Amino acid sequence: MKFSLSWLKDHLETEATVTEIADMLNAIGLEVEGVEDPAEKLAGFRVAKVLTAKQHPDADKLQVLTVDAGTGEELQVVCGAPNARAGMLGVLGLAGAVVPANGMVLKKRRCAGSRSNGMMCSSRELELGDDHDGIIELPEDAPVGTPFADYHGSDPVFDVAITPNRPDCMGVYGIARDLAAAGLGTLKPFAPEPVAGQFPCPVEIRTDDPEGCPAFFGRTIRGVTNHASPDWMQAYLIAAGQRPISALVDITNYVMLTFGRPAHAYDCAKLTGAVVARRAVDGEKVLALNDKEYTLTSAMTVIADDSGVHDIAGIMGGEDSGCSETTTDVLLEIAYFDPERIGATGRALNLTSDARQRFERGVDPQFLDAGLDILTQLILDICGGEASEPVRAGTPPSGSKQVRYEPALAAQLGGVDIDEDVQARILSALGFHSTKTEIGPGPKSWTLEVPSWRPDVDGAADIVEEVIRIFGLENIESVPLPRADGVAKPTATPAQTMERRLRRAAASRGLHEAVTWSFISESEAEAVGGGAWSLANPISEDMKVMRPSLLPGLLSAVQRNLDRGAPSVRLFELGRRYLGDGEHPSLVCVLAGDKTPRSWQAGKAQGFDAYDAKAICLGLLAEAGAPVDNLMVMGEAGPFYHPGQSATLRLGAKNVLASFGMIHPATLKAFDIDVPVAALCIHLDAIPAKRGKDGFARAHYTPPALQSVTRDFAFLVAEDVPAGDLVRAVKKADKANIVAARLFDDFRGQGVPEGKKSLAIEVTLQPTEKSYKDKDLKAISDTVVAAAAKLGAELRG
Amino acid sequence: MDYAATGQEALSRIESAADLDALESLRVEFLGKQGSISALLKTLGKMTPEERQSEGPKIQGLREQVAGAIETRKAALEGAALEARLASETIDLTLPAPEMPEGSIHPVSQVMDELAEIFADMGFSVATGPEIEDDWHNFTALNMPESHPARAMHDTFYMAQNPPDKTMLLRTHTSPVQVRTMLEQGAPLRVIAPGRVYRSDSDATHTPMFHQIEGLVIDKGIHLGHLKWTLETFLKAFFERDDVTLRLRPSYFPFTEPSVEVDVGYSVIDGKRVVGGSEGWMEVLGSGMVNRRVLEFGGLDPDEWQGFAFGTGVDRLAMLKYGMDDLRAFFDGDVRWLAHYGFSALDVPTLSGGVGARA
Repeated sequence: MKFSLSWLKDHLETEATVTEIADMLNAIGLEVEGVEDPAEKLAGFRVAKVLTAKQHPDADKLQVLTVDAGTGEELQVVCGAPNARAGMLGVLGLAGAVVPANGMVLKKRRCAGSRSNGMMCSSRELELGDDHDGIIELPEDAPVGTPFADYHGSDPVFDVAITPNRPDCMGVYGIARDLAAAGLGTLKPFAPEPVAGQFPCPVEIRTDDPEGCPAFFGRTIRGVTNHASPDWMQAYLIAAGQRPISALVDITNYVMLTFGRPAHAYDCAKLTGAVVARRAVDGEKVLALNDKEYTLTSAMTVIADDSGVHDIAGIMGGEDSGCSETTTDVLLEIAYFDPERIGATGRALNLTSDARQRFERGVDPQFLDAGLDILTQLILDICGGEASEPVRAGTPPSGSKQVRYEPALAAQLGGVDIDEDVQARILSALGFHSTKTEIGPGPKSWTLEVPSWRPDVDGAADIVEEVIRIFGLENIESVPLPRADGVAKPTATPAQTMERRLRRAAASRGLHEAVTWSFISESEAEAVGGGAWSLANPISEDMKVMRPSLLPGLLSAVQRNLDRGAPSVRLFELGRRYLGDGEHPSLVCVLAGDKTPRSWQAGKAQGFDAYDAKAICLGLLAEAGAPVDNLMVMGEAGPFYHPGQSATLRLGAKNVLASFGMIHPATLKAFDIDVPVAALCIHLDAIPAKRGKDGFARAHYTPPALQSVTRDFAFLVAEDVPAGDLVRAVKKADKANIVAARLFDDFRGQGVPEGKKSLAIEVTLQPTEKSYKDKDLKAISDTVVAAAAKLGAELRG
Repeated sequence: MDYAATGQEALSRIESAADLDALESLRVEFLGKQGSISALLKTLGKMTPEERQSEGPKIQGLREQVAGAIETRKAALEGAALEARLASETIDLTLPAPEMPEGSIHPVSQVMDELAEIFADMGFSVATGPEIEDDWHNFTALNMPESHPARAMHDTFYMAQNPPDKTMLLRTHTSPVQVRTMLEQGAPLRVIAPGRVYRSDSDATHTPMFHQIEGLVIDKGIHLGHLKWTLETFLKAFFERDDVTLRLRPSYFPFTEPSVEVDVGYSVIDGKRVVGGSEGWMEVLGSGMVNRRVLEFGGLDPDEWQGFAFGTGVDRLAMLKYGMDDLRAFFDGDVRWLAHYGFSALDVPTLSGGVGARA
């Protein structure tokens, strides 16, 4: 909301400076987004008299002027304006002045060979209007040498953001009221005189939709002349960012911006029959003042006559019935529309307007007659004519509310103790009047009448806000929250602790943590099996489906990094994936490009393989407290993995904790990646909570007194037997003695029969009571060999 | 026998032994089973006790002298051999060592950990809620009924899939966690709720996804003074500066009453805004006393409980503290940016070590 200082001073008696007003507006919750002072823009421009004007010797279209700008010397100025002539008064920009319209800094210079000491300006150059046909012509009595800003009248403009709870401050008068309450001046009393009608209203006015339009007041004024509005009104409207159109339109806009009260003026010549507030018929169309056609529904209220719709009620008038310079008879509409209906209609039509903003937030329902009187008087004063008697169809809501308020609440809720008299004065200045004061056994309470222009206030907390914002929030003292005894207790949940730990574990393994969008494109989602959730109103097709996996976002990041020339990309993300049954915390890592770069030691660069993903996966699972020794390596990692180089890690047959492996080449192609990528996905919510006691003490342990012994076994086994199965079988063969079994060779080829492989396992034996004798070792070996034999493995000779 | 001469000769030969092999043959020649000095020792057995008395020590002395010389020479030769070997093993240590990949923690995660640490000290725990939220929790329960103009200001992303009785959307703020926490835990409460939020908005300073942190305190007798202290204390701890000043301005949020916007004072250092001082003010937080209706929706009796809530942007806090200037880069996954602005895994925020990681 923009308004000028003069406009404010129409309603507020104040000596405060622009800065004081701006600071106070901020302090009371009317946030100043900017203050523009035109005087600054016009610095260096003066009222000047053209003394002589001669044709430029070397340029047809230029004249050489001598100008008196009160500097004590005659200045020579070269000018191209056709209207420049001796004796006229205009505006001279002196050297150093900045032309508002284009930012050009004026300098003394030579123009077509003649010296020029400044520039005579057009209206457009000074941003005072559109005229650029010639230079500004000032009246003969304009004082030569005066700064033009002083002569023209400089009026600073405030730009204030109004929060949606304050429709009353969407008019200058409401802002003046707030400032006066805050002690920055006196609100000028305001009471419009009722304007008596000269004749019965010739137009029938009805409301057939009392829900959407409870009240529709109006009257006609005949014999008006709709010329341009007066300069003062145009200046106000320009300050507010509005374009002056014609007196009738400008008057309705002026009243809206002054009192927060929208109204509409119809050209009676363009109306047929009764003017009625009614529901639109489904499919009914209207061409609005913004030159767009809107198709309406029966949920929307309109103003219509026999010929059709003329106004989307409370939002925007129609093009067909608006006032023009030929208008002589005008119908004024001042109505009360249901705020909810206005909001719903505006949203459905995707149409915003100054009127909608005010009706939607709630205009003062008790301001219909006053508004009509103000409008009528302004029209009579500016456009002439005579007014009909007013018509009042329907009744606006009373808007009256009572709120019980305890003055002690200012301290209890607002944290600042304010004297009751001060509170009463503030509330009264804002229009809240106490109708009853109760002093009983409980705290003292007031019953306050809420002014009809404050639809936002409906409880004691609102009153606290009013009191403390006007009193000043800077008066609130900090009060420490009570602190529990002792050192602060840990607050993180087990899931939070696990996430924090995993994040740092992954980073410590050389991975960068990325944060990627929660939404991905449909095709990216398809690449990982499709998403369950998508946006109805995505910002773009690339951000449409809620990710069912973190992989697509990371693969896209891999692709971007590779395109930028990154030789190696190690990324992880810890976040949610969105499935039909809810949001699941996940950790995904991707490894692409060089695992180790080419080097003087190792030679060629090495890429990542599925075992790199497996190592990180198991490492992170261990950090997360998963029982990694009990996990089974199984298949079905998902279609986006290489089918022969991927696996799941499961606890039992069903609970999939993680998957890892190489990404399927087709998936990589979909993401435009041309190097192999290893990846792993951990489902954090599938990891079972750590079992065990709450305490800190570890299970008892003493390192064994006897040294452990290792024995190597090489087995021939069918190629399709998983090595993991053999290792597991060996390890379980003699639990009392075998503490570890580690595979260290997988050999095929010379000396190994076709279809077989040779697997070598180092078994660690731990004696407990006494050292092993040969026969003990033989017995353990036999058990190991027998266990392996169950998988078809035979000891290699 | 002239032991001295024998000894002299042996010592001189030992001294000039060229290498360990030559020295070993000398050892065998003198002290081996068939060695000359071993042979002398054997003669002791055939001597009379008197002879033995006089000759014994001499022969023994000779043996010890020779053995000692061999040891000394051996050590010298071994030392020389080792030196020669090491000299041949010299490597160029200016060659690069194998590279260890370095990972990093994203600034958003780091700042969330810092916030959790600071607020834990003030007794706040961390609460969470769904990002695909229903309109009741996101709007209605926060005192924004369907027709409320503030709803339109939220630039909400709506879901295409809706259960029969609900409208699903992406939460526009972390405030729905307030209601969920009240319903789940009751009062009193002290929680923060960090997380992803979404608005249909995109330009240099806005991304359609960003991070917020919500704070909620519900107790008896809580007022705006407590809110001010909490925010001051938090900002001082977060920016690790004692000159953090706050300015409260009245504002409007449907879920708080009274509502307060919080500006923090900044100073300009090297052309950049730095929190602290009061050269200017920037808006950092929205807050207020929880609206009675929100307490009721949260299942609490507003005549018994009251409290405050606040919310701010985590990404923005990160930018203010650590100096990034482009929000969009947060979500790009550019390894160069992450390596520069990310944090070491070991930068775990602690109160004793300082929650922030210094540049």
